[in-house]
Amino acid sequence: MSAALETVGLEKRFGGIVATDNVSFRLEPGARHALIGPNGAGKTTFVNLLTGVLQPSAGTIRLHGEDISAMPPERRVKRGLVRTFQINQLFAGMTPLESLGVAVSERMGHGYEFWRPAGSKSVVIDEIVEIATRFKLVDVLEERTASLPYGKQRLLEIALAFACQPRVLLLDEPAAGVPEAERHDLLATVAALPRDVSVLLIEHDMDLVFSFAERISVLVNGALFTEGTVSEIANDPRVRAVYLGESLDG
Amino acid sequence: MPGTPTEIATRHLAETSRWKPLEFAFWLVAFGAIWLLPSHHLILNEIIITALFAMSLDLILGYAGIASLGHAAFFGFGAYFAGIFAIRVIGDPLTGLILATLASGALGFITSFLVLRGVDLARLMVTLGVALVLGEIANKMTWLTGGADGLQGVMMGPVLGLFEFDLYGRTAYVYSLVVTFLLFLLARRIVVSPFGLSLRTIRDNPLRARAIGIPVNRRLIAVYTLAAAYAGAAGALLAQTTQFVSLDVIALHRSADVLLMLVIGGTGYLYGGFAGAIVFKVLQDVISNWTPQYWTFWIGLILVILVLIGRERMNHRVAVLWARLRGKPEPRPRTIVGGH
Ligand SMILES: Nc1ncnc2c1ncn2[C@@H]1O[C@H](COP(=O)(O)OP(=O)(O)OP(=O)(O)O)[C@@H](O)[C@H]1O
Ligand SMILES: [Mg+2]
Repeated sequence: MSAALETVGLEKRFGGIVATDNVSFRLEPGARHALIGPNGAGKTTFVNLLTGVLQPSAGTIRLHGEDISAMPPERRVKRGLVRTFQINQLFAGMTPLESLGVAVSERMGHGYEFWRPAGSKSVVIDEIVEIATRFKLVDVLEERTASLPYGKQRLLEIALAFACQPRVLLLDEPAAGVPEAERHDLLATVAALPRDVSVLLIEHDMDLVFSFAERISVLVNGALFTEGTVSEIANDPRVRAVYLGESLDG
Repeated sequence: MPGTPTEIATRHLAETSRWKPLEFAFWLVAFGAIWLLPSHHLILNEIIITALFAMSLDLILGYAGIASLGHAAFFGFGAYFAGIFAIRVIGDPLTGLILATLASGALGFITSFLVLRGVDLARLMVTLGVALVLGEIANKMTWLTGGADGLQGVMMGPVLGLFEFDLYGRTAYVYSLVVTFLLFLLARRIVVSPFGLSLRTIRDNPLRARAIGIPVNRRLIAVYTLAAAYAGAAGALLAQTTQFVSLDVIALHRSADVLLMLVIGGTGYLYGGFAGAIVFKVLQDVISNWTPQYWTFWIGLILVILVLIGRERMNHRVAVLWARLRGKPEPRPRTIVGGH
């Protein structure tokens, strides 16, 4: 069976820096997989390569067996590869309602409908409301995104990815900046995704990682350092050494 | 107004596409002017054409976030096309207008691929470059365009075979107003459609727009083509109603003026072009009468002040004032979401 997402010999150089170093990685179908590593290890760069924001210097990316290495980002999204951003990437001048509405409409293939007002289809509205409810955004649906409190913006960041109905979801530190008390709620929402959705979680909070993930990969200096089950990684002295002296909450 | 989330969402989305009282008032006045301001039809014709031109720029600047310093390329192309078509083929206004609009759209489509390359500053330079090149072509092809002397001998037939253009500009104003109104109706539908909303995501954050599956380049090509067609229609209206085309239609200052009008009137709500064009033309009229040689000085000063104060903040002050007068809670100032 082909992996949900697979890289072979993936490499990215920025001038002299090797940000991604010969990474061969498999995300199994239905996986709950975490990617950890110290600050600057190259986790975000890896996600940027997978999603097509950056072009790899070498190597191959396959989504459900199909080579997507040269595919533009939006086509990868149409094939089910969706991400969230470590630093919020939102539509400042639009409301959450409009933002989610665009994502849902686009997914349903309405992007070129120019004659019909947005929101005149009840399937779209129903789905917006369903997602907004799940992410506690119902009471701010009509507010301008730029004026939302940070916590709500963070939820919208994740909700937008859900609106794309991912088959493979890449979460880049989704809990960053979210209050301790709400982190587990957020991750529970992610964990509640259907089992055929594969999830790769990047996270510094080890509690969250251990409660969410079934497998863990460790990235150090752009290269895969080790990979294993939660208990293997938790008890690996080399992993501890890598993290020693590193702040875990960056 | 309370309600279930579904009702609220439906209502909110419907609200953006519903006509506001001020909009009805605006168009009522614009059409009323046909009878109420008979002695001003010539200047009104010029204003409404300029407003259509400014609205076309708003489509790409206000909705898709593409700044252009050469939008007059399409205005000028439409004007020359309509003028030459009237001289060499037939003088029927509507035929000329439709063909000039389509041809300008085609030119927009072709040049859009240049504009896609690069971002902000590079784009600004490309749009400027295209307009300069076209301007020089118009200047050099004297046999076709009349070059620096302008295109002479444009003779227009009656609109719809019924309404002759008159000396007082009545037919001209009605014709330009009706065309502008129809194009406005279309634009207004487009901007509240799923397509229009997707343009706004591109303006706000192209990185995220791509990440939710929006084909950014294709959308930009589509809206750039549309805006070029609109600008071409405005140019064609000018050529047909004034029966003259000069190099002025494609000059750099025309591109700059229209940008300034949007700075005055605001972007992203379609009426900015109308407000800007009215204020600009009236100011131009008033200041030129008062002190003819210093017009550019004053308009330059106004531009600097507008940019320094910031239109957003100014609008916010107006909103606060309005809220106080109406006894409503004060609106929150707009803030910007953390950088990319
Ligand atoms: N566009 C770029 N140009 C040059 N260098 C870059 C670029 N993007 C990332 N880098 C470098 O690549 C390395 C990996 O950065 P990356 O952001 O991927 O790390 P990370 O693991 O996500 O870190 P963090 O945990 O802090 O988010 C860093 O040394 C960074 O400075
Ligand atoms: Mg990172």
